[in-house]
Amino acid sequence: MSSDHQKNGKSTCGQVSRRSFLRQGTSVAAGLAAFTAALKPLADLKPEDLPSVDEFLQKHYKEMSSDEMSQALKRISDKVEKRFEIRPDIKDIKAKDGVEFVYALNLTRCIGCRKCVHACVAENNQSREPEIQYIRVLEMPKGTLDLEQGNHHYDKPQVPSQDHFYMPVQCHQCANPPCVKVCPVEATWTEPDGITVIDYDWCIGCRYCEAACPYWARRFNFSEPKLPKKDLNPNMSYLSNRPREKGVMEKCHFCLHRTREGRMPACLEVCPVGARKFGNVLDPESEVSQILKNKRVFVLKEDVGTLPRFFYYFDEQHPRLKGDQQL
Amino acid sequence: MLVLSLISLVGLNAYCKQFVQGLSTTGMTDQVSWGMYIANFTFLVGMAAAAVMLVIPVYVYKNKELHDLVIFGELLAVAAIVMCLLFVTADLGRPDRFHHMLLRFNFPISMLTWDVLVLNGYLALNLHICGYLVYCAYKKETPSKKFYIPFVFIAIFWALSIHTVTAFLYVGLGGRPFWNSAIIAPRFLASAFAAGPAFLVLTLQIIGKYTMYNVPRKALLTLKNIITVALTINMFLLICELFTEFYTDSTHVASMKYLLFGLHGKHALVPWIWSGIGLNTFALIILYLPFTKSLPFINVACVCMIIGIWIEKGMGLIVPAFIPTPLGEIVEYLPTLNETLVCLGIWAFGLLLYSIFVRITVPVLNGRLTIDKDFIYKEYYHD
Repeated sequence: MSSDHQKNGKSTCGQVSRRSFLRQGTSVAAGLAAFTAALKPLADLKPEDLPSVDEFLQKHYKEMSSDEMSQALKRISDKVEKRFEIRPDIKDIKAKDGVEFVYALNLTRCIGCRKCVHACVAENNQSREPEIQYIRVLEMPKGTLDLEQGNHHYDKPQVPSQDHFYMPVQCHQCANPPCVKVCPVEATWTEPDGITVIDYDWCIGCRYCEAACPYWARRFNFSEPKLPKKDLNPNMSYLSNRPREKGVMEKCHFCLHRTREGRMPACLEVCPVGARKFGNVLDPESEVSQILKNKRVFVLKEDVGTLPRFFYYFDEQHPRLKGDQQL
Repeated sequence: MLVLSLISLVGLNAYCKQFVQGLSTTGMTDQVSWGMYIANFTFLVGMAAAAVMLVIPVYVYKNKELHDLVIFGELLAVAAIVMCLLFVTADLGRPDRFHHMLLRFNFPISMLTWDVLVLNGYLALNLHICGYLVYCAYKKETPSKKFYIPFVFIAIFWALSIHTVTAFLYVGLGGRPFWNSAIIAPRFLASAFAAGPAFLVLTLQIIGKYTMYNVPRKALLTLKNIITVALTINMFLLICELFTEFYTDSTHVASMKYLLFGLHGKHALVPWIWSGIGLNTFALIILYLPFTKSLPFINVACVCMIIGIWIEKGMGLIVPAFIPTPLGEIVEYLPTLNETLVCLGIWAFGLLLYSIFVRITVPVLNGRLTIDKDFIYKEYYHD
């Protein structure tokens, strides 16, 4: 078609026979019909699936004035109320000066009960179907730290098993985070208190951060998160546990809506053996400072240079005890 | 073209489903978070640079056979880049927030922002060069060298940059040892310089057969030489990589082992990669045999190589980097039907675009030959 047209230049223009008009008309109509048919799945879109004008124009977290933030918070509250029939208590809690949060996990104590995994899900409004979990507990054979030998899906009537130790992994809140580096739109960044956060309203869902993370700490909402109304935790903040939407990234944020107000993370509170320690490393008297000073701590994959704020340690034992109770 | 349009529409339909339901319509998971979309994107970035393999001999070494074929290479580049951009868009979880790119562009830190710049820049350069040359041919004017030669040279370096930047996208991730290797970028270039011209060899013959356009056989043979060298280098680099990984035999070899032999009983990629390597080796042997100078043999080699490199770049470069995960878990990836339809749709749309370009360009270039004496294309048509 186009070639004839081009070759003959102007001569064909203006001379349209009835037959060619009908033929072309029919094919244009058929084409349009096919195109409309192809777009048909879009009819299933619910109005709330598409961003409203205000949501579309909402600025990046760091660019919002306090007025704009309160408007955004109100918008989010309305949306949550509409969906869950509960008015949430949502705030934008800022980092405090002189605070840098650090986590320390005692591998000698951890028994692999996964209570932290479920407490985290309950606290942070993750999707339940499919369930998104921020913490992955590895069952490691004693004598190695080779993660490939870990069992991710151990399912035993009783833990701990004699020949294993248990290693929970979650976001390490790195001081040199590869995920922040790669994000094309600065939707994820490290806060002054050391927590790497995500603006769920800014993320475009490219999943580059997920590919970059050496600790497999990030989770993506491949479908619309499903959270039953009764399971909603109404205490939420903008940068942490407010309900997420389809197509965005999320991950552990050290429960910043709790920890920035002086409470402990949910995973720590639930731990039955006290394996989890959390606090401000800039305070020399804090428990974590003491642990970093006195225990033999290590970080996972030190060679990738991420400088995690998540430390592991084993309790030292008296040589005499070694016989009957191993690490 | 009707078939291509139909497949494009089927792909559009599949994409609409994905848009409504989310990326759960694909086979991707938190474990393997990039799949067919990014794999095809990577392969097509390679194809896009095929143009440069025609441009270098023409403008740098003044090779006359390839001279007027350059424009077909650059049109291919345009179509390939359009496909690349479509694949990246299809991969986004929130395409409705695309404008965030313009508002907070994490440049120069994020390699993805570099990729956005170089790909769009390359698209603009090629559109300019093709558009200008075709426009001049249409107006029966001599193209002014000032308006395109500098751009041609920029495009040569730019083509290298789209590869390099796309390779750097993967190479810079310390948490993925499979990608974290300096050889990825050169291997990527070498395989692109084989697959791209191979695709052109096939396309040019189709153009020569179905249009009035005369494609000199010598030009195809020049392309064949380029392909042979590029494929040889590609295979050499592959051997280098395999040696480093397997002789060292550190824990970093896990992904490579999974790719080539399977790991802990999981081996979905094994048949693919061996057919890829097999096809490439077969193509290389054909190209080196002395009695295979005839076009049918070259065509067989080209087809084998395009498929081989597509497997190598797609299945062999993107997916295994995610298996095992950084925490040692092995979750395999299998594209879903919907995802495959989206891919086919984008491919069909790209090829449709290319056919339209060619169908416009060929008559324009042909139509002017008897009139303008100074036009650069003159000597090849004036026979």
